[in-house]
Amino acid sequence: MHDGTTAGTDGGGDSQWPLWEVFMQPRPGAPHEHCGSVHAVDAEQALLNARDVYARRNEGINLWVVPAIWITGSTPDDMGPFFDPANDKAYRHPQFYKTPRGVKVY
Amino acid sequence: MTLFHYLHRLGDDRLILGHRLSEWCGHAPILEEDIALANMALDLVGQANLLLGLAGTLEGKGRDADALAYFREAVEFRNAQIVELPRGDFAFTMMRQFLVSVHSALLLERLQHSTHADLAGIAAKAFKEVRYHARHCADWVLKLGDGTAESHLRAQAALDDLWRYTDELFDVDDLERQLAADGIAVDASMLRAPWREQVTRVVDAATLTVPVDCFMQRGGRTGRHTEHLGHLLAEMQIVARSFPGAAW
Repeated sequence: MHDGTTAGTDGGGDSQWPLWEVFMQPRPGAPHEHCGSVHAVDAEQALLNARDVYARRNEGINLWVVPAIWITGSTPDDMGPFFDPANDKAYRHPQFYKTPRGVKVY
Repeated sequence: MTLFHYLHRLGDDRLILGHRLSEWCGHAPILEEDIALANMALDLVGQANLLLGLAGTLEGKGRDADALAYFREAVEFRNAQIVELPRGDFAFTMMRQFLVSVHSALLLERLQHSTHADLAGIAAKAFKEVRYHARHCADWVLKLGDGTAESHLRAQAALDDLWRYTDELFDVDDLERQLAADGIAVDASMLRAPWREQVTRVVDAATLTVPVDCFMQRGGRTGRHTEHLGHLLAEMQIVARSFPGAAW
């Protein structure tokens, strides 16, 4: 395509265009949050489609689009080994410091 | 009264074009494009609402934007003919929207410096919207022109069919010349060269051919419209005319 950035084809017999995940930054300095997905043939079209679908009602100020196939996620099976060990180790949590006044926490 | 007429031209262009885009709602080739077309239609109708509302205020006869939109006859509309043409296939819609949006962006960029504060404000807001329209449609012109054999043929056919309606957008009469001299309006004839340059750049990149200049169709600015406007207005105005004064 024109800007040389194309997503790979969607596996699994999907007759749609490649899938892109959309992340929106709600306020300056805030982290981008996942807000949905769009189908598009290339990065420019994905960005434009994301703007039309997700940015019409003051949702945010910045958009990221990423081909869905480039996102690797943990599975439900991983929940135990990945996340449970953190629960009973209070000495790892940064709860014993006082945050100085004036420091912004997002 | 001359500003009233100028606002009619600007407002009617956007009202009629917005209506044509709205005809795609539910029929676009993909979901994201259905939303995009509806968004552009809403932008344009919103601009028309502001422009015709200002026109009604200046006229001082108690006509608001609705009265001007729904209770005028075809011969009283002052839109350019290009916006009233039927929506055609997807290539035709995108090509027309591209050609008109490039013109509109150039116009509004200058109009936001109008000495008339209300008009300048409307233009500044509309300029941001139309910059996006031009970007969106230019991307589609590139994809359709430099796409499959069928999309290329349809895009070229659309460009060939639309070309004879483009020159009217740059017509200037004494009314507009006077308003432009007063710093209120923009002399549209000044936009012809930059429009031509921008359009040619995108058309070339899309591997399409800019049509040879031919006889140019005009008449919309004086109420001489194609056979399509009457049918469009019949659909657009039927509800308001059936229940005049209705509100919800």
